Amino acid sequence: MTILDTEARSSAPIMAKMDLRTCEAFLIHEARLLDEGHFDAWLALFTPDARYWVPSQPGQMSPFDTVSLMYDDRRLLETRVRRLADPRIYSQEPRSRTSRIVTNLSLEPGGSEPGQIVRSKFILVEFRREEQRLFAGTYTHRLVGDGDTRRIAMKRVDLVNCDAPLDGLVVPF
Amino acid sequence: MHMNADQSEEALSRLVEPGRVHRRIYTDPAIFELEMSRIFGAAWTYVGHESQIKHPGDYFCTRVARKSLVVVRGQDGEIRALHNQCAHRGAMVVANDAGCTGEFQCCYHGWTYHLDGRLKAVPLNHGYPDDFDPRSPNTAMVQVPRVKSYRGFIFLSLAAQGQSFEDFIGYMKTSLDDMVDRAPDGEIEVAGGVFKHTYNGNWKLYLENLCDAAHPWFTHRSSIAAAEQQKDDVYSDGSGEIAIRQMRQNGAPYSFWESQVGIWTYPNGHSYLGDYHDDAKLVAAMNDPTFQEYFAALEARKGKAETQRIMEVRRWNSNIYPNLSMMSQFQQLRVIHPVAVDRTVVHTFCFKLRGAPEQMFRNAISFANVVNGTGSLVLTDDLEIYNRITLGLGSEGAEWLQIGRGYKSDVPDAHGGRKGKNSTSEVYIRNMFDAWRGYMLGKADATSRHEAVA
Repeated sequence: MTILDTEARSSAPIMAKMDLRTCEAFLIHEARLLDEGHFDAWLALFTPDARYWVPSQPGQMSPFDTVSLMYDDRRLLETRVRRLADPRIYSQEPRSRTSRIVTNLSLEPGGSEPGQIVRSKFILVEFRREEQRLFAGTYTHRLVGDGDTRRIAMKRVDLVNCDAPLDGLVVPF
Repeated sequence: MHMNADQSEEALSRLVEPGRVHRRIYTDPAIFELEMSRIFGAAWTYVGHESQIKHPGDYFCTRVARKSLVVVRGQDGEIRALHNQCAHRGAMVVANDAGCTGEFQCCYHGWTYHLDGRLKAVPLNHGYPDDFDPRSPNTAMVQVPRVKSYRGFIFLSLAAQGQSFEDFIGYMKTSLDDMVDRAPDGEIEVAGGVFKHTYNGNWKLYLENLCDAAHPWFTHRSSIAAAEQQKDDVYSDGSGEIAIRQMRQNGAPYSFWESQVGIWTYPNGHSYLGDYHDDAKLVAAMNDPTFQEYFAALEARKGKAETQRIMEVRRWNSNIYPNLSMMSQFQQLRVIHPVAVDRTVVHTFCFKLRGAPEQMFRNAISFANVVNGTGSLVLTDDLEIYNRITLGLGSEGAEWLQIGRGYKSDVPDAHGGRKGKNSTSEVYIRNMFDAWRGYMLGKADATSRHEAVA
């Protein structure tokens, strides 16, 4: 996926419904839910068969033949979010505070799956227990539906330092 | 702090008692430096697997005792390890993590080396003194004196003299065997990428947690509760199912750990936790189609009796002191890299079993994500524990840390080791400290275990 392929876009009727501005508003809303710790509301943004993926290797092609920092089908994503609300989640005692900037949005030609691929860049600052960590990378969302029914069918997070030695990653990207 | 504390044999010896260890062992930078030379500089340490360097010229870089090394397969097929330093001005020669090459060339002045470390060529070589000898060991990349591959697992010792690999590994070679034996075609290969996780804490804490059967129910309660409440009819592509099953298994009550799971220890600090999972509890349960296909492949290649023997080896984590942990039921391996007294990096790998169904490897990947993943719902709480131990030890609380659980009830094992009455015994920690004493007090054979518990 490189730059906009208008021909590919116009051939997919679902994509025509999405414009950059509403996609941006959606991603900003999602980032705000995560920063404010509204993880249940964040989960509600995903489709029932959604996948959430943070690869461990640059350019990783598959979550099935290579390990991932996070690779959640809907079942594991629900468990991940439920754990975040558990008062005994020791790796979140104290809680992280995060601030994310989402920018450089572009609409990308999709593959065979329905929906609109939205690519964006993000910077995420996480503060916890006297330490501030800086993450940056690329979000790739596959969005389906429109307006209030818009959902995330797939979210991929490519960290620039995905293959670095990292301490625990608890708050979703 | 205790930076300049007494490092005599007697002082070191006093830090370890049968049921407790002195806190300095985890916090004193001077002790850490001694560990790097006396333990990591002497013991056999795991560096990688032959499948990472299949062909002549294949190499990978690693570190042992913080020293940068290149492990390479020579044109003659031999595996060697070289200190990754140019003999000219000291620059690190090989900068890529892995690759294939016909020679090693320094980027500074172009000194070029054969794969066995001998100097091959020097540009401008007329300018050196008369006694400059390109055939001298002084102008080579220095070889690590002892390298041993056992069934594809490559170990090395930085010390020219010392215990043989066979004596070092002892009965624990059966855990290495188990990983390979489980491959229907008898071969395994490293695949599926690497996790690298890190924490602000001492390297020993990691090994001390891997066979700790008393912690999951408490430390991992958030993921246990979340997994127990998870509805099973929600969409899964298989990945989440494996993760959730493992998290629920962590929630086994204390009575399970005390009645069904065991802990076995052997000389030189090695140990394994056994009977935690059997194949009925694994995702590859007996009625699982993938497991049935795998079982049939094993039987076809190895026969009924051998297949049954292999399946009856039920080891969770096998820990080979001081830097390796492996788990053959899901083909996992971890390598521990001490960085500083309060900083550790761990690399984790998966193996693919040759001749097994492709889905087995996919299961191994899903399992790695939940058990070894940096973003795992389980490991993140373990990392928090290691960090908190460092923070706790930064206070001036109890001077001695307790490792005495089960001390009076440990019993000898048939293969020359010692086992806990049940899996919640801290015998595996005591056993590691017996080895620690052996290495640190200069008894390279580390056979002090029975003295220590006498």
